[in-house]
Formats: sequence, C-alpha cells, structure tokens
Amino acid sequence: MKLLECDNVSFSYENTEVIKNLSFSLNEGEYLCIVGENGSGKSTLIKGLLGLKPTSGGKIIRWNGLRPNETGYLPQQTPTQKDFPASVYEVVLSGRLNSRGFRPFYSREDKKIAEDNIRRLGIESLRNQSYRDLSGGQQQRVLLARALCASKRLLLLDEPVTGLDPLITEEMYRLIESLNKEEKITIIMVSHDIGAAVKYATHILHLNDNKSFFGTTADYLKSSTGRSFLITDDSEPHQTETRNEK
Amino acid sequence: MTETLESFFQMFEYDFMIRAIVGGILVSLCAALLGVSLVLKRYSMIGDGLSHVGFGSLAIAASMNLTSPLHLAMPVVVISAFFLLRLSSNSKIKGDAAIALVSTSALAIGITVATMTKSMDTDLNSYLFGSILSMSEQDMWFSVVLSVIVLVLFVIFYNKIFAVTFDENFAKATGTKAGIYNMIIAMLTALTIVVGMKMMGSLLISSLIIFPAITSMRVCKRFITVIISSALVSVICFFIGLTISYLYSTPVGASIVIVNLAALVLYSLTGAGIRLVRTRK
Repeated sequence: MKLLECDNVSFSYENTEVIKNLSFSLNEGEYLCIVGENGSGKSTLIKGLLGLKPTSGGKIIRWNGLRPNETGYLPQQTPTQKDFPASVYEVVLSGRLNSRGFRPFYSREDKKIAEDNIRRLGIESLRNQSYRDLSGGQQQRVLLARALCASKRLLLLDEPVTGLDPLITEEMYRLIESLNKEEKITIIMVSHDIGAAVKYATHILHLNDNKSFFGTTADYLKSSTGRSFLITDDSEPHQTETRNEK
Repeated sequence: MTETLESFFQMFEYDFMIRAIVGGILVSLCAALLGVSLVLKRYSMIGDGLSHVGFGSLAIAASMNLTSPLHLAMPVVVISAFFLLRLSSNSKIKGDAAIALVSTSALAIGITVATMTKSMDTDLNSYLFGSILSMSEQDMWFSVVLSVIVLVLFVIFYNKIFAVTFDENFAKATGTKAGIYNMIIAMLTALTIVVGMKMMGSLLISSLIIFPAITSMRVCKRFITVIISSALVSVICFFIGLTISYLYSTPVGASIVIVNLAALVLYSLTGAGIRLVRTRK
C-alpha cells in the first residue's frame, strides 16, 4: 500500500534549485535511507516532506489518509535543547500536540500513549529525570518516543546517530529496525552512514546534483552511483565527516 | 528594629507605594512567565532591545508634550518587537548584532531628541534608571489588564508554548503554527516592558525578564517547575527590592536587580549543592 509519493518535485532557495524533478514513492512498512553528499539537498527534502518548505514544482502526495501533520519527526538536536529544563515525560507528551488541534490540554488518552511509548523505548527509569541530564543516546530515545507519540505510521529521522558512540549507534539502529519490522512503522532516515544505510534499509534514495538514484537496496549496490559512493567510502573506512550543512 | 518595622508598615499608607507594589508585582509576574520562553529560545536580548526602543519613543513623546507618552511608546515598541523577532529568525544580519544595532540607535535618537528639546532634563535619570514615583494610576490598571491577559494565554497555550520553546521544528512539523506563538510572546513582552520601564528604568527592565528564568533553571528540572519558580522568584525579589529602596532610599530599579542577583547566587549554590549530594550517593 502506497503511503507517500513525490511526483516530479523540485525545491529551490531564492533562485537556486536544490532538488530538481525528484520522483519516488514509498509503501507502508518500507525503510528508506536518504544519502548524498553535503549540500545535495537532504535537509531541504526533509523540510519539504514535513511541509515546512513549499515545493517549487511537482507535488507530494500522501496516500491512505496520511495526514500532513501525522509524521513522527526526529529532528537533529539544537544547541538550545542541551540545557533545557524539562522532564522526559514532558518532552514525550509534547509529541501528542498534533492530536490536540485547538483543544488546549492533553486528554487521558494522550497521557496513556505517552506512557506506552516511554515503555516501548525502555526509558521508564528516566521518566522523571531532566532531559538535560541525559546522555546523547538517552536523549535520542526520548525524542524517538516523542516522535512515536505523533505518529504510528511514518517516522522521519534526520541523522539520528550523529554524535553517538559506536555502541549506542548500533543500539539505535537496532531499535529503529525493530520499530520497522515488528511495529510495521514506515521509516525515512537521512544518514551519512552509508554502511548502515545499505545494511538496514529496504530502499535507498541517493541525492546527487546530476543524477539521483532511487530503488531497492539490492539495485543500489549494483548501480554505478551506489558502487562509486561505496567504494570511496570503503577507501576511507575511518573517515570522520565534517558537517557544515545548513 | 521597631523603627524599621514601623516604616515598613508605613509603606502601605502612601498611594504611590500601593500603585508601585501592585503594578510592579504584576509586571514582574508577566516578565517572569514570558522570560522563561525567551531565555530558553535564546531571545533574551530582545527584551533589552525593546526597552531601549521604549526609551527612545518615550523621549520623543516627551518632546512632543504628549499628555500620555505611553500612547506613543506602546505601538512603537510592539511594532519593534515584531521586527526584532523577524530580524533574529531570518535576516542577513545575525540576531544579536541586529538587536544591538536597533537598541543603540534607539537610545541615541532618544537622548539626542531629549537634549535638543530639553524635554527630559529633569527626569532623564529616572527614565534611564527608574523611579519609585513613576507608576501612575493608568499604568497600574494597565498592568492589571496585561497580567490577566498573560496569565490566561499562558494557561490556555501552555502545552503549545512548551512545544514551541523546546523544539520549534518538531512543533512546526506536527502542525503547530510556531510563528504565531513567538509573535504573541514578543508582543506581550513589549507591553510588559513599556509598563514596567518607568519604574525599573529602561536600562534595567530586561533584568526582570532574564533573571528569574536563569535563576530557576539552576535548581528546577521540569518546565512547569521552572515556570512556577520564576514567577515566585520574580515577585518576591521585586517586593524585597522595592522595600529596600523605600526604607534606605536606594534607587528602585537597581535595588531590585541586586536582589535578583542575590537570588541567582543562592539558587546556583543550592543547585551545586544538590548535584554534589547526588554524585556522592
């Protein structure tokens, strides 16, 4: 069943086109990784998919009654959040905001959903702790629980493992995989980690200035784009990325 | 001791003191509530910028011999709030620089106008550093209305304000119009500053916005407790500062800021103590 489709979509800033005539579609339960060099438009596409940036051409179609605000979003952390005084429960519950509309307060059901997601991500023991006192990996779990409060169908993760150590990174990937496989949640993940992308994702979208690739992971590994990207990556296995992306 | 106590109770016998107490407490309350969101969003300096704009517009109003200078200052400051917010979020000049440009320009224009027309000769000092006598009946009633509006909006939009403050992108992505809440907070801040400015002084009023939030964050771990603690700290510090100013004839705005500073030190020490005990366990 189709969930999300981009039909000839373009995005531009002022007069520069960042993404040009991009088409792809995603079925329910699939796991898409968006990869590409810095400046290839990954962040722009994310904003577009969330409806924060209007398209300059083409359209984004949501199938099967997926509402525009029904996307569980895991944004990159902002410096503001690092010292934010809020309990884990407060942060997770705020994921229910899109269900509220104009009603000002959370219902009993909202609170139950928040508690369920806290349990689902195994962060019950952190429930009353302050978000700023948590480690990077714990903070990502909290934000993932919040994202799940917003949607049980589609999760959009923007570089979820940035700044995490290898052990916690692996744990995070496993967690995302289990949400995808066991709970049948559709995943879109932006990643710099091409190795993990081809390991976990069912589909790859490789953004590139001249030639973007979209297809299954198996096809990607055979394609010229995929091979060239993977080979350069293999030649520098311990390359650390410097990210200046806006 | 009894003398001090006697003069403390005498404080409530003057009309101007009652106005200062009522108006000041309400302004402190509003400033503290709005301040939590502003400080956490790194918009603290907007308050400072707005108070300088307020000074500039009051100076111009005084030179025009307006009977009620607030009628000019209010719209000017509210419009500036709108522009400062836009400048901070999307502009080629970065936020902090933009605010510094706006606030120094407003201060310069205000002082020039005041000097040229000699309209503020006597009370330039009180405009800059505040005066205990300045809370008029009209100001007091305005602060009552303002605080009711701020409290009601805060209760109704509490969850949205939290979401927008914590993570604007997430809030927007899940369909919350973050821009509107930012704007409401900036407008209410503008009004709070204009009302409180004459008593606190335009150079010191931004402390009411920044201190209580920063102080509370030293100890409190949850958003709701930060909000409640800020409101209490702000009101208590205001009252102590005002009392000291009355009893010992110290400048009112400065006294309140110093009491706030003391509260900050106290909270910081408490916070450090709590952390020390936790790590020992």
